[in-house]
Amino acid sequence: MDVSTQSGPDTLVFPESWNRRHLLDLESLSADEINTLLDTAARLKIMTGGCRRKISLLSGRTLANLFFENSTRTRNSFSLAAKRLGADTVEFSSSGSSVSKGETFVDTAKTIQAMGVDWVVVRHSTPGTPHLLSRELECSVLNAGDGAHEHPTQGLLDMLTIREHRGRLDGLTVALVGDIAHSRTARSNMWGLRMLGAHVIVCGPATLVSPRWAELGFEVAHSLDEILPRCDVLNLLRIQFERLKARPFPSVHEYANRYAMNGRRMRRCKSDVLIMAPGPINRGVEITPEVADGPHSVILEQVTNGLAVRMAALWLLAGKNEESR
Amino acid sequence: MKDPEPLLIENGHLVDPIQGMDRPARLLMSRGRVLAIDPSDDDLPDYFHRIDARGCIVAPGLVDLGTELREPGHEEDEAIESGGAAAVAGGYTSVLCSANTDPPIDTPAGVELVKRIAAACSGPRVHVIACASRGREGEQMAELGLLAEAGAIGFSDSPRPIHNSALLKRALDYCRMFDLPIFDRPVDPDLVEEGVVHDGQVALILGLKGLPTEAEDLAVARDVRLAEATGGRLHVGPVSTMGSVDLLRRVKQRGIEVTASVCPHNLWHSDEMLRSFDSRFKLHPPLRSERHIEALMLAVADGTIDAIQSGHMPRSREKKMNDFDQAPFGASTLETTLAVVATRMVRTGMMDWTSAIMRLSVKPAAIAGIDAGTLAVGATADCVIIDPNERWLIDSGQFLSQCHSSPHDGDEVFGRVIYTIVGGEVRFTRRPALEHLV
Repeated sequence: MDVSTQSGPDTLVFPESWNRRHLLDLESLSADEINTLLDTAARLKIMTGGCRRKISLLSGRTLANLFFENSTRTRNSFSLAAKRLGADTVEFSSSGSSVSKGETFVDTAKTIQAMGVDWVVVRHSTPGTPHLLSRELECSVLNAGDGAHEHPTQGLLDMLTIREHRGRLDGLTVALVGDIAHSRTARSNMWGLRMLGAHVIVCGPATLVSPRWAELGFEVAHSLDEILPRCDVLNLLRIQFERLKARPFPSVHEYANRYAMNGRRMRRCKSDVLIMAPGPINRGVEITPEVADGPHSVILEQVTNGLAVRMAALWLLAGKNEESR
Repeated sequence: MKDPEPLLIENGHLVDPIQGMDRPARLLMSRGRVLAIDPSDDDLPDYFHRIDARGCIVAPGLVDLGTELREPGHEEDEAIESGGAAAVAGGYTSVLCSANTDPPIDTPAGVELVKRIAAACSGPRVHVIACASRGREGEQMAELGLLAEAGAIGFSDSPRPIHNSALLKRALDYCRMFDLPIFDRPVDPDLVEEGVVHDGQVALILGLKGLPTEAEDLAVARDVRLAEATGGRLHVGPVSTMGSVDLLRRVKQRGIEVTASVCPHNLWHSDEMLRSFDSRFKLHPPLRSERHIEALMLAVADGTIDAIQSGHMPRSREKKMNDFDQAPFGASTLETTLAVVATRMVRTGMMDWTSAIMRLSVKPAAIAGIDAGTLAVGATADCVIIDPNERWLIDSGQFLSQCHSSPHDGDEVFGRVIYTIVGGEVRFTRRPALEHLV
């Protein structure tokens, strides 16, 4: 559903078909639901003057950031998205709260809810933690990354960025390159992109790209050079050194040699290829500076669009009575 | 203990594989032993209690090859009394409790403590599987001879595997002197790392770390080879993969004497259940995919897998409430094992009640080397009375076990324990207490 066609330039009409209270993953969303999120994000981006201006759609509401893993950009992006819509925010982190005193995370979340929050944004190193909280809490739960499982707002902002440049996702070939095994960004992109009709290639060392993805209908590739000429979008995932116990490849040198996007590889790409990275980027490992800062890179647009999709998610999850006033 | 009154079980259907019996019979027990099968009225004593087992199966009491009772040291999870109550409610008259306690049971005093506490409870007979290695650390043999003298009936480092092959070989060799078994939980720890679920498509999608099947297959292969090399008594279990099944089938055909067991949860649910991220499905061994379940069911039916063990690993609610990675493996299973086997194996026609009693009582008793598994005249009067047709919903909230985490909560099952009799004494009944009094 295209939200922008339903209303005037400064209003949002709540989509009748939307009835989700939580945003836990993209795997379980329908194409309609994903489109609603993207359309709403695009609309809110315009209404806030490119995510720079504050509007008071959600004043009086409170968002709690509950981060059990370190994060700067996602946490700030959620906070800023809430503030752009007029909501208040409150911050909890595992190091500063009672989590470090042995309280279970469910108790921590319930305590925060009791303070009267409307959304809990949770990041945790264990998959499924947001799902668990959604069963325990009355308020809305947004997944800001659960282990290697999903990072739905990252998937959405990647999709919004592609759509802004190409006008569509259907029929595009998108390669996710790097550590697929440990990447929640990869999984959210895979489900979302496929649901909207894109062809998804997962590319990386065989130790980090399971052949089982092919059983699930995704294209599995181990040579970046072979797939380059076919790709409309290259999304270069960060090697998460902090999650790797045993090195799945012999050396960073060898990895960069096979998978880093550099000027030489850029010349073999389509002329309008989009270069994306979820950040933070390891310059020189998965991407060279000339590519990261080059004309095909949309890395900073992704950050802006992060605000847009998070505003959209907050507004939609807040429910129908929060229509524009 | 005072001798219980003589007990007559009437109108039941006796299933006793050792005697080759699968027919209506009445059973008279006295002084803790089976006194007579089908006694004439003249043979009955002057005074006795009577149980009407109409519509029910009367069978030798179940024997569990691996129960964690957690006492001493982890009473927040389970105690010998609560675990014992759960056991008799599940039809078990004997359990082999593992040394997953704190301190681990690696001294004669530890064995004696558990046996003394158990003797004061009115639960099942409790036998102790002591540590195979000192402190369960997998380095030095525990004092196996002294532990045996204190009454240990076997050795294991459960829930850890005995990873050091030299240690396992020595222990198998050494235990030949006492004719006692080593129980190994077959896992190669190098291959499981921090895995929490079956390494399959579901783990891939959910981003959960996998426990690959080859970690078990390799350990079973090593275990079997060491048993063959030493001639020691080895039990591997629980097993959970089709690879293990294939290997066991081949080595048994070659005549190598090794036994194996499976947990009931691996005969039912697949790893699809994990999509809920509910820690009640975080189990040891993990829930695997359908093809493994099918292979295990066939292996139980054809005897490649000798025994079914409850896999009772109780863990407190506050531990299970944690996130999926942090929550411990384990569930409360003593009270559901019989019904799960009846529902998945007997009701589906994969095996009959005689085979079910073989897997749940006769074989486990033989593997453990304990006096149980038959109701022949003169045998210990350990008996379970089962209504094979009762349909019920598993409600873990009703468990007598302290742990209420169950992968089967809410499942519809058939077959229910009506009485559990230990040494001729009713230790559990679902009927009003006075009903069996004359």
